Amino acid sequence: MTPLTLTADTTGKPPVKSRARRTAWVPTLVLLLGALYCLVPIAWVVMAATKDRSELFSTFTFAPGTGFFDNLSELNAYRDGIYWTWMGNSALYAGFGALLSAAVSAGGGYALGRFAFRGREFIFKLILAGVLVPSIVLTVPQYLLLSKMGMADSYWSMLLPSILSPYGVYLVRIYAAAAVPAELLEAARMDGASEWRIFSRIAVPMMMPGLITVFLFQFVAIWNNFLLPYVMLADDTKFPLTLGLYTLLAQGASQPALYTLVITGCLLAIIPLIALFLVIQRFWSLDLLSGSVKA
Amino acid sequence: MTSAPLKGSDRVTVGPLADGTGTAKSVRPSRPRRRGRGRSAPYWFLTPTLVLFAAFTVVPIGYAIWLSLHKVQVKGIGLGKGAREQVWNGFGNYTDVLHDSEFGHSVLRAFGYGLIVIPTMLGLALLFALMLDTPKARSAPFTRLMIFLPYAVPGIIAALMWGFLYLPAVSPFYYLLDKFGLPQPDLFDGGNLYLSFANIAVWGGTGFNMIVIYTALRAIPPDIYEAARIDGASNFKIALRIKIPIVMPSLVLTFFFSVIATLQVFTEPMALKPLTNSLPSTWSPLMAIYDSAFLKSDIYGASATAVVLALATYLVSFTLLRVSDRYTREDRA
Repeated sequence: MTPLTLTADTTGKPPVKSRARRTAWVPTLVLLLGALYCLVPIAWVVMAATKDRSELFSTFTFAPGTGFFDNLSELNAYRDGIYWTWMGNSALYAGFGALLSAAVSAGGGYALGRFAFRGREFIFKLILAGVLVPSIVLTVPQYLLLSKMGMADSYWSMLLPSILSPYGVYLVRIYAAAAVPAELLEAARMDGASEWRIFSRIAVPMMMPGLITVFLFQFVAIWNNFLLPYVMLADDTKFPLTLGLYTLLAQGASQPALYTLVITGCLLAIIPLIALFLVIQRFWSLDLLSGSVKA
Repeated sequence: MTSAPLKGSDRVTVGPLADGTGTAKSVRPSRPRRRGRGRSAPYWFLTPTLVLFAAFTVVPIGYAIWLSLHKVQVKGIGLGKGAREQVWNGFGNYTDVLHDSEFGHSVLRAFGYGLIVIPTMLGLALLFALMLDTPKARSAPFTRLMIFLPYAVPGIIAALMWGFLYLPAVSPFYYLLDKFGLPQPDLFDGGNLYLSFANIAVWGGTGFNMIVIYTALRAIPPDIYEAARIDGASNFKIALRIKIPIVMPSLVLTFFFSVIATLQVFTEPMALKPLTNSLPSTWSPLMAIYDSAFLKSDIYGASATAVVLALATYLVSFTLLRVSDRYTREDRA
């Protein structure tokens, strides 16, 4: 805020005290409108989930209804609670996939960020080029190959293709290069620590904020993925939430009776991720997004 | 790594970190030079990455290319074992793709959709980032979180929620239009369809891009503004003349990723398809590929289409990188 003092002194504008108190109304208003826009569908789904079938089509959309618990038990009863199977599957795919992804990225990113070796830049660029490949170019042949091995429509067909994250390797590389001092590794080598020990005991703890970020990105990416399960899975007890809700809506298009189920399902599907976000946002190094690392 | 020729030929592989004396706990009879170990270590750490990259990126791409150059030939009446075999088709599938008007239309649709989404989304992201960076903007932490929140909502669920908001029977917007006696547009019809999809993408993507740009803004040292303020520059001028040029690389990055995402639009149209009849199953390029691979069971043609889409993505990416490179270079000069 020091620049303001200078401005006031040199240009004769109103004294600092009154300026410092004044709120910048235009930016505040713009931001509040943006927040409102982002909250509208969420507020709507919260309200709509409380309505029973007739209320959904008759009462004002943002007025609360009376059927929330009925909707909940109806969703619970739908095909013996298959909704909860879907949610469990989503958690399984996203949880294990992201964990493995962070582990693989840790090794790859550490190697690329903290070692000088032949072919390093080539390997790095090759992996990064993977970001550009349209997902369907990989998904369709992955499905064909996995089905030849009899692995299509299995948990593996969802998990295995979700592990490698070029973006994760990239993030860990820049994080390792910035946050793990080469001198420390060198000192550990002088002391005779093995490379594995240096990695697991020194590098991994220092890279932890970066690894958590990779985990979260990959968790969200897998949780939100629609194309991969849509291509890979046929058995609806293996569906994740995204595909399950989609098939529910596709069935319900002809019978609006299922709308309330889909709406309640949508609400319950976004709660875990939003809760996760609110709880862990302080562990999430969003600065990494633009490639900057706070030392 | 060159500075550590430890104790002749027996090198210490495992030792307590604090123990600086180098007492060996276990001594492995392997390559005598420490340099050799340092060289192989990165490859070991990279192994899982490379194995997965080979299995789930290189091999599928290779298989897609192989399929794209083949076709199925039916012998006789097409019954019995060996009646259908894969034969070399050269570039036949590719000529088909380039003459396939359905795929061509899907690319044009994606292009039109991108023309709406990308400027709107990045414009809003930049606007919000600049507003967040304005001193004395109230409620910044709260609004930042709220605008970022849609990132946590799966694309398909976002599309389902908006899909309901577009349905006249349940939408609050139609309710309001009705109250005020205004005309009620059909959001699933023709040109409006583009706006409907674009709105979902903008809703879901603005927050993420805003954070990228905002992070870049925060990295600018504040003393840069000091001089401008002494010269009497307003916040608006500072944003236009100083902030936007400095965050240009972030804008290029977000633009780059948005273009790639646009070419791959799939979720939004798929989610809205059950709600309307006016949406062809080949609306976007990815839908067209899915359609020919699984609904028309032509994996050869679908592979060729996918390869064409990948090549187009690379072409667009490299052109963009070239242009942005030249732009920033001229900027510096």
